[in-house]
Amino acid sequence: MDKFRMIFQFFQSNQESFMNGICGIMALASTQMYSAFDFNCPCLPHYNLAYGLGILLVPPFILFLLGFVLNNNISMLAEEWRRPQGRRGKDPAVLRYMFCSMAQRAMIAPAVWVSVTLLDGKCITCAFCTSVPVESLGNASHPRLSQGEIQRVLARIPCKEIYNGQQLIANEVAVRYLRCISQALGWCFVLLMTTLAFLVRSLRPCFSQAAFLKSRYWSHYIDIERKLFDETCAEHARSFAKVCIQQFFEGMSTDLVASRCHLPRKAPADTGEAAEKLLGITDQGTMNMALKSWHRCKPPLQLHPAALPTGNGWAGEGQPPTYPSAPRRETAAYYSWV
Amino acid sequence: MDRFRMIFQYFQSNSESVMNGICGLLALASVKMYTSFDFSCPCLPQYNMAYGLGIMFIPPIVLFLCGLILNRQSLVMLEEWRRPQGRRKKDLAVIRYMCSSIMQRAMVAPVVWIIVTLLDGKCLICAFSGSMDPEKFVGFANVSTVQVQQLLAKVPCKDEELMRNSTSRKAVSRYLRCWSQVLGWSILLILIIAAFLARWLRPCFNQATLLQARHWSNYIDIEQKIFEEACCEHSRLFAHKCILHFFESMRQEIKLHSFSLPREGERAEGEEDLLQGITDQDQVNKLLKTWYYEKPPLDVSQAHQR
Repeated sequence: MDKFRMIFQFFQSNQESFMNGICGIMALASTQMYSAFDFNCPCLPHYNLAYGLGILLVPPFILFLLGFVLNNNISMLAEEWRRPQGRRGKDPAVLRYMFCSMAQRAMIAPAVWVSVTLLDGKCITCAFCTSVPVESLGNASHPRLSQGEIQRVLARIPCKEIYNGQQLIANEVAVRYLRCISQALGWCFVLLMTTLAFLVRSLRPCFSQAAFLKSRYWSHYIDIERKLFDETCAEHARSFAKVCIQQFFEGMSTDLVASRCHLPRKAPADTGEAAEKLLGITDQGTMNMALKSWHRCKPPLQLHPAALPTGNGWAGEGQPPTYPSAPRRETAAYYSWV
Repeated sequence: MDRFRMIFQYFQSNSESVMNGICGLLALASVKMYTSFDFSCPCLPQYNMAYGLGIMFIPPIVLFLCGLILNRQSLVMLEEWRRPQGRRKKDLAVIRYMCSSIMQRAMVAPVVWIIVTLLDGKCLICAFSGSMDPEKFVGFANVSTVQVQQLLAKVPCKDEELMRNSTSRKAVSRYLRCWSQVLGWSILLILIIAAFLARWLRPCFNQATLLQARHWSNYIDIEQKIFEEACCEHSRLFAHKCILHFFESMRQEIKLHSFSLPREGERAEGEEDLLQGITDQDQVNKLLKTWYYEKPPLDVSQAHQR
């Protein structure tokens, strides 16, 4: 259990490996999406190009945006970018580092989609089948057809069932040609992306290692500081709520005692903890009144200093907050900040 | 401290095995990529050679670069190579050792791709069918030169109408595949013998230097990981102090600006309560607004001195 906790903390502290995991999952999702997608070329002269290029370029754009949306650090970057300078200077190098690392991770899924699409070949076959060089590949001596007719015939290349231009140019020849071009483009694209990634990664230690270490440290710091601040605020809100509610119950019981003109009961010498926890409300009518008052008239967000607990110091390191000791019951010490 | 020790042990035992694991995964990915790749030879005279050789050599380059990118140690080696000397001498033997171990691991996946391609044979048939000597094969002997080029180029495509049942096509195909497989097995044999000799004969040469180089390359790797881990811990503590300091300074500001009524009961000097002196809605809002508009400076030296 301890080892799991340690490993979990390791991954959490190492934000980058967590983000790498998400990035890998998105790349796999992108391949899965492509194989599940039912590609359906329209086989009409002007629609082919639009459809083919659309399927090639629009999903990568969506995946890129999704990569940014799924990244938690985008709000951190925006906050750091827009905050007023105040007493802490802003370092543009840190902002650049954060943006670059997010953009690099967001680029992986779109690059995978484009590579898989090009290597598969259906998109390019659909988009460019009307541009096949008929003179070199087909029968140039075919009875003259008008340009429009030729375009319409060629547009049906991806749809084998309705292709009627076998005399003009054989379907298999055209498909093989287009697919060869598509795969060549695909491999060139993959090579280009990999070379770029390699250059980016390997040139960095040669030129700006010190600046890089600085930017990385401060970007981690900003992230950790934000998380710790949220944790601290949550702790504070918890204490605030606890004291507020305690004061509410006390206020209720004091009011009731005052309104019923009961003599304050002398607390017996051996008051147990349970009696204290009852906070002076000891019968059904009083409890009902307390609940009704809580709903109808919530107390103001203001704590009375006399009743503040004396804790053992700030419990920010994960220790459970110590129970505040019983507030002093001094009926005269009722402060009003109104 | 205990946590650091556990992390240290985890890294030490796993640095090389992580790299070996990545290398193995890339090799498997390379085989999977080849089997899922839909090889489709264009069967046109000029395009065949380009396509065949392209498929045989471009993916290995991509896999090699991937092997370098995914290996963490390549970055460590580059940093060690390019760092200024400072107060620590640079040992070229260590850098050479790291470089050679990185290259060896990165070469595995490309070699696997090339061997699988050769043993399968499709690439070589596609690339070299146009370079065959037509005289050797009966079906192509008495055909004009231009035509023979066209026909030979169509050999890799079994579904072509002209070629479907042609025995000469099958003959050319078998011939090329035989050569391809011989080449594949020869390369595999040579590489394995070379690896075997290198590993077996290595202790005969410079064993002491090798042990030193390996130790120090391991050390540099671990040192960098622990430095990153220490930086994370430090930034966590820094943030903690900074936030505490911020809350404290907010409390003091509130004390200065508001009327603080005398409190009943004693309170020891410097005692901190859970609420940090922030006890109503406006104060909390002010704190949150100040946090956004005026983040505290990155300087906890005052907090330290308290």
